[in-house]
Amino acid sequence: MIWGDLIERGCKWLSCAMRVVVMTIALSLGTSVIEVYAEVSQPVFPSARGEQCVEPVDIMRRDHFEFLKHQRDKTVREGIRTPRHSLAGCIDCHADKDAQGRFVPVNAKGQFCQSCHVYAAVKIDCFSCHAARPSERVSQSP
Amino acid sequence: MTALAATQRARLNASASRPESIVMDMKNSSPASPRRTFFTQASAGVALLALAPGVRLVDLALARAQDEPASAAQRWGLLVDVDRCVSGCDACVSACNTEHGLGDSERPQTDAQWIRKVDLVDNNTGRQLSLPLMCQHCEEPPCVDVCPTGASFRRADGIVLVDKHTCIGCRYCMMACPYKARSFIHEDLTGQKTHAPRGKGVVESCTLCVHRVDRDESPACVEACTDAGREALVFGDINDRNDPLATQLAETTTRELRADLKLNTAVRYRGL
Repeated sequence: MIWGDLIERGCKWLSCAMRVVVMTIALSLGTSVIEVYAEVSQPVFPSARGEQCVEPVDIMRRDHFEFLKHQRDKTVREGIRTPRHSLAGCIDCHADKDAQGRFVPVNAKGQFCQSCHVYAAVKIDCFSCHAARPSERVSQSP
Repeated sequence: MTALAATQRARLNASASRPESIVMDMKNSSPASPRRTFFTQASAGVALLALAPGVRLVDLALARAQDEPASAAQRWGLLVDVDRCVSGCDACVSACNTEHGLGDSERPQTDAQWIRKVDLVDNNTGRQLSLPLMCQHCEEPPCVDVCPTGASFRRADGIVLVDKHTCIGCRYCMMACPYKARSFIHEDLTGQKTHAPRGKGVVESCTLCVHRVDRDESPACVEACTDAGREALVFGDINDRNDPLATQLAETTTRELRADLKLNTAVRYRGL
């Protein structure tokens, strides 16, 4: 019986020790993964022209496509061309100019749309059809 | 011609017919300042439009507000006067191409054609005709009937459009259209206009310049035809009895193309 108790205790101690080892390894791995993520730089993009976005920034970051989708249906199907949530409205404010004063497409490298979408690894389809620069006559600006 | 233009015309007429002496009297016979003249003429216009509360000679229906949807109260249409259309003139086609950024690819055979000029000869009489052919904006559009995704649709004000967000490029509508009005985009495009998004893999056709109509302007082809001195195209609201287009449709004989199909097109031809 005594031997049996000893063996049982030994096993318990061993399993505890194993758990501690596993936890330590996991923690160290986890920390290193976090460290790797911390090395990915946040997207950097040119500042917008307007003073205030049409919605609070945290809402726009999460829901901008919902706004765009609703607006696109209203525009195409019903002819409602309000600039507030329109793609053209976004581009009017967020397109940057180069040294020569010409507009740079918002989907070019380092520009407003592209920089965030590369960071989030989400492909943008908008600009295979839509103009990525403001029109010559910036008609849609709020 | 739109309600806005009609209203502006009414105001101009009112101010033109107003005796200058009345303006002079208000300033004690001294020459009226341009600013004063403007206000007095403007008030003359308002007086003409609003004879009594609720009674108006000319309706003040301006362009609908930007946040208002297109309404079935209007039905936009086009009258083509074939007698005024000249063979060899393609002002409407090039204006359409410029407006929407069409026809810049290296393979013109596959370029989209929203309007094409058609020359016809009557073999019996030798009579020659030339006319523009585009989407006829049917009331019963076959393209809408066959579309499997609902991308092909008719807007409340009668303009037949493709919602390219839902178009899958199956091209059933191209086969269904009796006027061959639709084009498929085969290749990637660049340099699109803000008001005319276009891209590979979807079908497109004449939109009756819906972006211009929404800001109360005429389609580019109509403007170009007028600028070219032909005035073969009249744009307007078929439902508005005071509209120049509706008046001409009421007073002269016009034809639908393929009237046998009973599609009730919004584009009508005179002199055909």
